Amino acid sequence: MKRALGLLLGLLVLIGVAVGYSTFAADREDDSAVERRPLDLAAGGQLVFVDTARKGGHRTVAATAIDPAGTTGPARTDSGLRCERFAVGAATGVCLQTRGGPLPGTDALIVDGAMNVRRRIELAGTPSRARVSASGRMVSWTVFVTGESYNKTGFSTWTGILDTRTDYTLQNIEAIPLTIDGKRHRSADVNYWGVTFAADDNRFYATVSTNGRTYLVEGDYANWEAHTVRENLECPSLSPDGTRIAFKKRSGPTTWRLHVLDLATMRETPLAERESIDDQAAWLDDHTVMYGRGRDVYATPADGSGTPRLLAAKAASPTIVR
Amino acid sequence: MYIAATRRADQAGGIASAKAPRRFARNVPANVLALGAVSLVTDISSEMVTAVLPTYFVLTLGLSPLQYGLLDGTYFGVTAFVRLLGGQVADRTRRRKLVAGTGYGLSAVCKLGLPLAGSSVTGLGLVLAADRTGKGLRTAPRDALITLSTPAPDLGRAFGVHRAMDTIGAFLGPLAAFAVLWATHDAYDAVFVVSFCVAVFAVLLMALYVRDHHEPAGPRRESSLRAAFALLRLRPFRRTCVAATMLGLLTVGDTFVYLVLQHGFDIPLRYFPLLPLGTAGAYLLLAVPLGRLADRVGRFRVFLGGHLALLAAYAVAAAPNGGRAPGPLLMWTVLLGVLVLQGLFYAATDGVLMAAAGPLLPVHLRTSGLALLQTGQAGARLFSSVLFGAAWTLWGSGPALLVMGAGLTGALVVARRLLPSRSPLPEVTG
Repeated sequence: MKRALGLLLGLLVLIGVAVGYSTFAADREDDSAVERRPLDLAAGGQLVFVDTARKGGHRTVAATAIDPAGTTGPARTDSGLRCERFAVGAATGVCLQTRGGPLPGTDALIVDGAMNVRRRIELAGTPSRARVSASGRMVSWTVFVTGESYNKTGFSTWTGILDTRTDYTLQNIEAIPLTIDGKRHRSADVNYWGVTFAADDNRFYATVSTNGRTYLVEGDYANWEAHTVRENLECPSLSPDGTRIAFKKRSGPTTWRLHVLDLATMRETPLAERESIDDQAAWLDDHTVMYGRGRDVYATPADGSGTPRLLAAKAASPTIVR
Repeated sequence: MYIAATRRADQAGGIASAKAPRRFARNVPANVLALGAVSLVTDISSEMVTAVLPTYFVLTLGLSPLQYGLLDGTYFGVTAFVRLLGGQVADRTRRRKLVAGTGYGLSAVCKLGLPLAGSSVTGLGLVLAADRTGKGLRTAPRDALITLSTPAPDLGRAFGVHRAMDTIGAFLGPLAAFAVLWATHDAYDAVFVVSFCVAVFAVLLMALYVRDHHEPAGPRRESSLRAAFALLRLRPFRRTCVAATMLGLLTVGDTFVYLVLQHGFDIPLRYFPLLPLGTAGAYLLLAVPLGRLADRVGRFRVFLGGHLALLAAYAVAAAPNGGRAPGPLLMWTVLLGVLVLQGLFYAATDGVLMAAAGPLLPVHLRTSGLALLQTGQAGARLFSSVLFGAAWTLWGSGPALLVMGAGLTGALVVARRLLPSRSPLPEVTG
C-alpha cells in the first residue's frame, strides 16, 4: 500500500513536470516578428530561403528583396509553408518537408508560383538537398536514411528526379547505368546525391559514391546513363552560364571546403571561405556563390578572391529569383 | 564438472525445488514482471529519444550526417569495460538491484544532458557515451536478477515475458515522441524532458517494486575481474561464450538487411520505416512461445534454431537480384517472410541465451558471467557490422549477404558441436 502510494505520488510529480515543461515549450514559439503572406515565386529581385529564425522546430519558406548588387533588404516575408530545404526555378518550387507521426519521413512538395502545393511525393529519411532546373521543368531532391545506429548502416542516400512536363517521377535514380573511368560499373553499393541540371533540362551533374570513393558524374536524362568526370567532388551546382561547377571538396573526415571547377579547363579554385561547409551551394549570379554556413547564409566571389559576407542571418537553402 | 557447479549454484541461490511440475502454466514471478515493467517504461523513454535524434542532430543542430555517424558507436571500449566492472561490483557487493538501478538512473540523467549540451559535438558525444554506459551497466545485473528470481525450468518463459514487455516499450516510444512533438509544435527539448520524466518513473518503479536477491552469505568466495574471467574455465560456459561470439561475428545488422530488401524489391520509400516495426512485432509475439519452447526442448537447441531462421532471412533477402521487378504480391510476401524470420531469430536467441547461460554460472559470479557473455556478443556484432560494411562495398549487397550466410552455416555446424543439445537442468543432469 505504501509502495503504491509512493509510486502514485512520484507519477503525479513527474506528469506535472512533463506537462508543465511541454506547455512552456509550446507557448515559447514566437512568430510575431514576421509578416505572413503568400509569396510570388514569379516576381524577380528576391532571395528565397528557409527561415530558421524562430525557436522550436519551425522552419518556413521566406523571401527578402535583393538588389542587383546583391544587397538584401531588412524585411522578410514568411510564406508559412514548413520546409527544411527549398529551391525555385522559373515559378516552380520544391519543398522538402518532414512528416511527423509514428512513421516519420519526408515529403517532396511541388509548388507553383503562388506557393500552392501541386503535388506531394512521399519519401522516407531526412531531407538533404533540393534543386529545380532554371526552366522549372526538372526537379530533384535527396534524402538520407539512417538506421538505429549510423555506423552500422554506413551512409545511404536516395535521390529522386521529377520531370514536371511528363509528371514522371523516379524515387531513386541509383539504377541508372553508370560508367566509371570508361568501365561499366555494376556494384549494388551506389549512392547518388546533390543533382544539378543544365539549361537543356537533359544533362545533369550529381555526386555518386561507390566502393568508398565519391565522384562527380555527368548524366543524360533522355538516354538514361551516367559517367564519372572527376573524383572527390560533392554536391555540384552549375553556374547560370553553365561554364563552372561550385562544389564541396572533402578536407577531413567530416569537413569540406568550397571550390569552383571550370568545366573548360577542369581547373579547381578554392573559394575564400575558410570554414567547413556542408551544403549544396547556389549561385547568386555568375560571379558569386551562396551557401549555408552554420545557421546563416553567406556569399563569396566565385573566383576565390575577396572575403565571404553575410547574406541572410538565420537562414538556409537559398535560391535567387531573378 | 558443470553439473556440480550448477547444483552448487542452485543451493547457494536458495531456489527451493526445481522439481516442481514445470509443464503447467505457473505464474511468472512478480520480480520478473516488475523488471519487465521497468524495461518497458525505460524503453519508451529511450526510444522516444532514438526516434527524434537523427532529425534533431541534422536539422535542428545542423550537424552533418557524417558527424552524427562518428558520434555514434565509437565508445564501445568504454562501455564494455564498464559492463564488466559493473558485473563484478554487483557480484562482490551482492547488490544487483543497486548496480542496475545506477545504470537506469545514469541513462535517465543523460536525457536532460542532450538539450544542455546544445550543439557542442564533444558534449553530445559525452552524453551519448554516458547513456550507453548506463545501458551497459544495467543489462547484466538485471538479467542475473531474472535468473535468480525464477525457478530454473521456467527461465526461458521468464526471459520471454521480460523481452516481450521490453519490446512493447520500444513500440510505444516513437508514438510518445511524436505526440509530444505534435503537442509542442516541434519542441525537441520537450521530447527530452518528457523522456527524462518517463525514465525517472522507471527508476521509481525499480526502487519500489523490484526485490534484490539475497542469497545466504556463506563463505566469501573470490569475486574479482580475474574471477570473472576464470569463469571461462567452466567448460560449458566457455563453450557458450565461444559459440555466441562466433555466431555474433556472422550476424548482419538489421538495417543492412532492410537496405538489401529495399534495393532488391524497390520498396516504396515511405514504407521503409515500417520494416523495423515488422521485425519488432514478430519478436514481441514470438518471445513468450519460443521461451516456453526453449524450456521444453532445450534452450541451446532453440538458440541454434533461431540462427537457422536468420539464415533463411538472408537467403530470401539476397535472392531477388534477377533483374525484373517482382509483382506486389510476391514483394509483400517475401518482405513479410523476412521480417517474421528476423523476429523469430530475436525471439529464439536473445532472452533464450541468457536463460541457457544463467544456470551454468555459480550464483556468486552470475552477473559477471552474463556481463562477459554479453560483452563478447556485442563486440562480435560491432566487428561484424564493420566487416559486412566492407564486404558490401567490395562485392555488393547480395554477394556480401551470401558470404555472411555461408559463414553463418559453418559457424552453426561448429556451434552445434560445442553446445549441449539440452540445457543442463537439474532434472536432466541429475
